[in-house]
Amino acid sequence: MRGIVGYGAYLPYWRLERKAIADALGVPAGAGARAVASYDEDTTSLGVEAGRAALHGAGVSPQTLYFATSAPAYLDKTNATAIHAALDLPTAAMAIDVVGSVRSAAGAMRAALDARGPALAVLSDIRTGLPGGADERDGGDGAVAFLLGDAAADARTIAEPLGAASATAEFLDRWRLPGEPASRLWEERFGEHAYVPLGEAALVEALKQAGVTAPALARLIVAGPHGRAVRRVAGAAGVKKEAIADDLLGTVGHTGAAHAGLMLAAALDGARADELIAVVALADGADVTVWRATGAGTRPITSVADQVGGGGRVSYPTFLGWRGFLTREPPRRPDPQPPEAPPARRAEAWKFAFTGSRCQACGARHLPPQRVCVKCHAVDRMTAERLADVPATIATFTVDRLAFSPSPPMVVAVLDFEGGGRFQSEMTDVDPRAVKIGDRVTMTFRRLVTAGGVHNYFWKAKPLRGGHA
Amino acid sequence: MASNGIRDRVAIVGMGCTPFGEHWDKSANDLLVDAAGEALTSAGVELRQVDAFWLGTLFSGQSGLTLSRPLKIEYKPVSRLENYCATGSEAFRNACYAVASGAYDVAMAIGVEKLKDSGFSGLPSTRSSGDGTQAAMTAPAMFSLLAPAYAKKYGIDEAQLKEVMTRIAWKNHRNGALNPRAQFRKEVPKETIACSPLVAGALGIFDCSGVSDGSAAAVIVRAEDAHRYTKNPLYVKALSFVAGPAAGPIDPDYDYTTFPEVVASAADAFAQAGIKDPRQELAMAEVHDCFTPTELVLMEDLGFSSRGTAWKDVLAGTFDLDGELAVNPDGGLKSFGHPIGASGLRMLFECWLQLRGEAGKRQIASVGRGRTLALTHNLGGAPGECVSFVGVVGSEPSA
Repeated sequence: MRGIVGYGAYLPYWRLERKAIADALGVPAGAGARAVASYDEDTTSLGVEAGRAALHGAGVSPQTLYFATSAPAYLDKTNATAIHAALDLPTAAMAIDVVGSVRSAAGAMRAALDARGPALAVLSDIRTGLPGGADERDGGDGAVAFLLGDAAADARTIAEPLGAASATAEFLDRWRLPGEPASRLWEERFGEHAYVPLGEAALVEALKQAGVTAPALARLIVAGPHGRAVRRVAGAAGVKKEAIADDLLGTVGHTGAAHAGLMLAAALDGARADELIAVVALADGADVTVWRATGAGTRPITSVADQVGGGGRVSYPTFLGWRGFLTREPPRRPDPQPPEAPPARRAEAWKFAFTGSRCQACGARHLPPQRVCVKCHAVDRMTAERLADVPATIATFTVDRLAFSPSPPMVVAVLDFEGGGRFQSEMTDVDPRAVKIGDRVTMTFRRLVTAGGVHNYFWKAKPLRGGHA
Repeated sequence: MASNGIRDRVAIVGMGCTPFGEHWDKSANDLLVDAAGEALTSAGVELRQVDAFWLGTLFSGQSGLTLSRPLKIEYKPVSRLENYCATGSEAFRNACYAVASGAYDVAMAIGVEKLKDSGFSGLPSTRSSGDGTQAAMTAPAMFSLLAPAYAKKYGIDEAQLKEVMTRIAWKNHRNGALNPRAQFRKEVPKETIACSPLVAGALGIFDCSGVSDGSAAAVIVRAEDAHRYTKNPLYVKALSFVAGPAAGPIDPDYDYTTFPEVVASAADAFAQAGIKDPRQELAMAEVHDCFTPTELVLMEDLGFSSRGTAWKDVLAGTFDLDGELAVNPDGGLKSFGHPIGASGLRMLFECWLQLRGEAGKRQIASVGRGRTLALTHNLGGAPGECVSFVGVVGSEPSA
């Protein structure tokens, strides 16, 4: 049977304590923290990290990739192709965007479930709003990816769909014109009035399709940007109170298009065989799927629970700078230049997949790939070798306070990779004061800079923390 | 296959060097006219007597027209070249070869750079963005990688290394204070240097050379013709230039405590000049002190100190103006800034003054005691991926 054969979540390292908003602006901002994508992350790069987690240990490679977000990095250019390239998927695999709204994620999941062959749904979002507003406070950034496919010897099903239903209606709850920095919202009680009957009706229908009752659910996930509607639908569903899933709002915030998937990933992390999980996504209607966990299959190395606490705390002014609400004085240095299209295309495997080369004559590894071996000078005896998942050690490093960076200072380390290979790499998710020679790092896909209207994607090193990234 | 050199085949018979600094009121053209004019006067020749020209500049113009236009050179060969921070020395090297070959009787090497018009801190970038995968680190950051690597390899703690770096900057500023052509003509207290704001790694502002404009020029003739122009020519003893394979950033065996390119070019130059022990034989050396850890490592790469000991020699004052071997007696890049095309010829200008006994308050005593050789050195690029020039000139032809 077709179902989820792999999944993985990625939550960024940084957290913004809501108290920091309250302290800065003198407004109530509630308790807890929200997840914050770093200055060098966007929905595409978050999606790459989630996709890597989902494909880790997967026995099959997706033939189709669907990328859903409400905040695409590009319009009129597919963002899924960068994810496709970064995941080193074969050229023959299709990669398409399903973007623009939170509901795009439900569509990507449905498409991946209905596709032929293994299909990857990447759900990613960066949520923010004007300073002091509810979206800034309650939003969160993150991504999750699900690999859907038919059960096979090397790809055992983690969860199977038992039933699904949708309810669609046209009403104005939240919206944003292209290019605007924040969404607009209608009166909260109107949205609640519109959403609740849609959610309830779709849940009832999906349970009916699945042939199960609400009290049989081990886990009920209700997710959507309208908090009051979400709580009303969950509360009235008729499930055991302990079955209602943690909405992660206190630790992560609402991650938009990623959120229903993120909560499903959290449920799957701990699901035992035959547990029933219903996912209700409230966004411009309601989309419900009832899943049965198998207790089998490959779980991600890093669980959602491992990631909810996050790492570093970002100050509120820094957060505003990262989101473009606070423009700071640049250094007196030349403006960063955009990458050029032909060299970027020629270097696709290197730039996007972090694929170097290994000399067949002497075994030396090269980053970036070379034609002439640095050690034995053999010419054109190289084979491609991807090092994105290979840890490295810091040979030496520096903190560059003069270089242009969207969030100075720039930390640059000389990395020696396990099994050979050296590369000078920018570091991220790091305290410049804490870097030491000998520290271990792992590679992460980032947006280095946006210049001339072009996003420059490449890999950076980040500290290897507690055995996993 | 051999690097034979052209020892004593050509000589410098005239030099010019503008003051280096923020020439807000002068263009690159003005600086070229000034430096060329001073060099011609010094050699006692007219512009029309110069048969061929080599112009070094990285950013301030392309093609020979960059020089022929301001000087109104009429229908003569003018080559413009660049080789990163060794650009000025490369202009000199190529002009020397042209004269040594017999192709021309009189050649001029001239370098210029107008950096202050850009408005940037540090040097403008020379790289195209390409595929966008190169870490966009600045020059001080690249050279700052030397400091922790050197300290770790030789068991020096960070505070000691900072003291060494500070003393190099202090020494060069002290020399520059005596030089009317320097950009910075003031001694700087060690406390000020040590506490200056950090730029990259352990490098504070005072560990970095400045940004300035300047130009310098030399007139070169065959050695046998030299005394027709001056009583005190400088004979070219050695010219060595190498480009490395730029393997450091991708080779795990590179340890950031040496410039193999400098070691290679120094060995070549010393062989050409017949120098066995540079510390004992040279009167002085002008080296590429773009950042203080660079000068530290160069003392070992150039053979002035054995491995792991340069830091002690620096602290002992070995390379002070009155030390065993004066290094950067004119104040170095530290006091002059680094107008790229001009720097190599500016270094040569100090050799010109010192070996002829014209350096005034900076005059090195060992010249009076019979030391007749001076070395200039440039490197361009970064640790692990650079080009290096080493040249030796002398006031006496070989016996």
